[in-house]
Amino acid sequence: MKEILKTYDTFPKLLVRNAETFGDRKVAMREKEFGIWQEFSWKEYHDHVKYFSLGMVSLGLQAGDKVAIIGDNRPEWVWGEVAAQAVGAVPLGLYQDSTLKEVSYIIDHSDASFVLAEDQEQVDKILDMKEQLPKVRYIIYSDPRGMRGYKQPFLIDFKEVENFGRELEQRDPGLFAKNVGATKYEDLAFICYTSGTTGFPKGAMLSFRNFLSMAANLMEVDNKFEKDEFVSFLPLAWIGEQMMCLSSALLTGFTVNFPEKPETVQENIREIGPTIMFSPPRIWENMTSTVQVKVMDASALKRRMYTWALPVGYAYSDAVFRKEAIPPLLRLKQRLAYALVFRALKDRLGLLRIRSASTGGAALGPDVFKFFNAMGVNLKQIYGQTEISGISCIHREGDINFDSVGKPIPETEIRLSDSGEILSRSPSVFIGYYKNPEETEKTLSGGWLHSGDAGYFTADGQLIVIDRVKDVMHLNDATRFSPQFIENKLKFSPYIKECVCLGNQRDFIASMICIDYPNVGKWAESRRLSYTTYTDLAAKPEVLELLAKEVEKVNVTLPETTRVKKFVPLYKELDADDDELTRTRKVRRAFVGDRYKHVIEGIYAGEDAIPIDATIKYQDGKTSRIKTTLCVRNL
Amino acid sequence: MPLLRIDDIHLSFGGVKAINGVSINVEKAGIHAIIGPNGAGKTSIFNCISSVYKPQRGAVYFEDRKVTGMKPDHVTHLGIARTFQNIALFHHMTVLDNLMLGRHQFMKRGILTGGIFLGPARTEEIENRKAVEDIIDFLEIENIRKKPVGTLAYGLRKRVELGRALALKPKLLLLDEPMAGMNLEEKEDMARFIIDINEEWGVTILLIEHDLGVVMDISHRVSVLDFGVKISEGAPAEVANDPHVIKAYIGEDDDFLRDMEAR
Repeated sequence: MKEILKTYDTFPKLLVRNAETFGDRKVAMREKEFGIWQEFSWKEYHDHVKYFSLGMVSLGLQAGDKVAIIGDNRPEWVWGEVAAQAVGAVPLGLYQDSTLKEVSYIIDHSDASFVLAEDQEQVDKILDMKEQLPKVRYIIYSDPRGMRGYKQPFLIDFKEVENFGRELEQRDPGLFAKNVGATKYEDLAFICYTSGTTGFPKGAMLSFRNFLSMAANLMEVDNKFEKDEFVSFLPLAWIGEQMMCLSSALLTGFTVNFPEKPETVQENIREIGPTIMFSPPRIWENMTSTVQVKVMDASALKRRMYTWALPVGYAYSDAVFRKEAIPPLLRLKQRLAYALVFRALKDRLGLLRIRSASTGGAALGPDVFKFFNAMGVNLKQIYGQTEISGISCIHREGDINFDSVGKPIPETEIRLSDSGEILSRSPSVFIGYYKNPEETEKTLSGGWLHSGDAGYFTADGQLIVIDRVKDVMHLNDATRFSPQFIENKLKFSPYIKECVCLGNQRDFIASMICIDYPNVGKWAESRRLSYTTYTDLAAKPEVLELLAKEVEKVNVTLPETTRVKKFVPLYKELDADDDELTRTRKVRRAFVGDRYKHVIEGIYAGEDAIPIDATIKYQDGKTSRIKTTLCVRNL
Repeated sequence: MPLLRIDDIHLSFGGVKAINGVSINVEKAGIHAIIGPNGAGKTSIFNCISSVYKPQRGAVYFEDRKVTGMKPDHVTHLGIARTFQNIALFHHMTVLDNLMLGRHQFMKRGILTGGIFLGPARTEEIENRKAVEDIIDFLEIENIRKKPVGTLAYGLRKRVELGRALALKPKLLLLDEPMAGMNLEEKEDMARFIIDINEEWGVTILLIEHDLGVVMDISHRVSVLDFGVKISEGAPAEVANDPHVIKAYIGEDDDFLRDMEAR
């Protein structure tokens, strides 16, 4: 792989190479549309990029300009990104579910002059804020549905821009090749806005060198091949998806598949049967709770088979992880369990052909890990930050340890600061934050990337990440604990969607829990328990008892001193639209702590019930008022 | 020339006069609404248009051809499709199959060629599937394509039924209470679809609807019926201020009055 990079060292150059090598013979992308997987060969991929790129040039795009892209995962997203890079312009991605405020902040902060928006919904967001975005010159949309009434001259159809490109190609045939030839390894390739758990988003500037060296180094320990199939369904603005859909796909030539709709992802994964997968914990957590709930609904025979097979799978994978010899009887049982249950389960989840599955972006609870490995999906943990192009550590094949995040990938050095913070250095460490020299200075001080995570190494060189340095908490009696560790254990329960552990400078640990609405709803229905809304369901005494049982289960596995003593089910789900979560669904602790201050005070003041009078804001700006009482449950 | 001309029709069931001399012209490419209190004869008019009922006097003309007296299936061949007040779909069949069935009049091949599924029969099936997939994309029901209709929520079924009517590639679409029983969000979606069908696909729409807010917002022209007689007709704003209309609704529905005054 590194050989290729000597000649083809940017995304546009790699695309040209792939178009030459594979031409029309190999599928580069598939998009499900009109019920059929529509294919695009590498040649077609190249041509779309070429004409779109030239089209933007004819509209005045120049090297160094910024191009903002917002929308669901579609080929046009990727074409637009590489097309901008081919001109020497810098693309940046926005999360498709961003609110108006976030969209306008990032577009304005990035100085974007072109915006590539998927459809009417996204165009409307930008039009709403157009007056505050004087730097935007053109908005290009790829789905013309519903756009017939829009007459603004700065709105252009994607295909129209491609036509401009074709015209320019006639006048100046060598221009695209010249532009691509001018792109350099050290050039700024993409600005990755990280939502961050605190404050405004920061734009991490990543070069082609960052992206490609990371992809090549990762492949040395977790190889990807031309024949691989990948399904792209996580936001393309996220570093993980960039790493898979752009750097890895361009480097190896594997096929990227785009689902029909966000709602059909699970179905589409099953149709494709991907061989590689990289998702944040929430995807794996969702799959486990889906399985658990479906099993409850299954026939008695199936249920029995499942309850017999799962411990077998656990025992088998435990033995593998401890690198012990596997007793013949266990091996036999595992084979049977696989044939009877796991194979079918994997098939249902679309994981039958998985060769390499990994999770990253946040910590995944060990139970979810065991679950997948028991099933025969060799799920691996990845560790890294956006600032290091996504990945610095990964579990090695056959060397998986639930608590660790594996070992550093080649060309990556990791050490610990005196305070126990994880520091890293590699060719993939970013250039800096866009227009934010102070933060850049802080993050890169001393030539090392400061992760903000606390961790340590095990005897055999595996890195263990405890938690964010600033998140590690101390009880009044000086007991140290990681709230995230407890939360991940709790979230393994199919009934708990999200939770926040409290206890810093307090006497004991307490937790605020968000129920998993569909699963608890189903549980309630099967017990003929009627409810109206999320708030109503969460406040049912029966649900409180259900949650208490789940928390007790987790408490047993925790040390005596760090058990959850009290919990309270919240009246609403934590939501990124309320700034309670980041767009990648990490809890913003400081914000949540502030927002639910009186709930937290109530818990520690020993109250049994906490009155709530709150206003909820919906995505479209509507608000509604909630009046209820939260019950505190003691354990 | 109007696309559809209802010319002085009279319809009675025994002694009950359901329609008593109603004439309505539906212009091409518009959205025309028929409103009126319960039992005003709205659905009866739809049944006369699709030739399920035969009026005793008067006739309905579509593109200047007399529809009255034709067999109902001939009427669909002319390009008139409809949805029903109480959803008419096959509940055990999937969404896709229901929509494919809506294409029946475009399937000319016999049992034999169809059974072997070669050559023309295959081409025909592919063409029809393509048309159906366009509708699925348009109505945003990709995720329920393979689900049996019976398992779907009410609002979605209504949407599927609209799709089934669209599968006929109609020139005129008759919608009988497309928004009955829907929540606000579903109504907004449905209104959006109706406008898009009209503007993007150029289909003329004649609809019966009780939700006056929706009617006034999306229609270009409104006819008001009461006891089988047309009492008013015009642009939504004109109709809303017509004293006859207000009178027809007095005593029957105070909400309507308040609704009208608010506008």
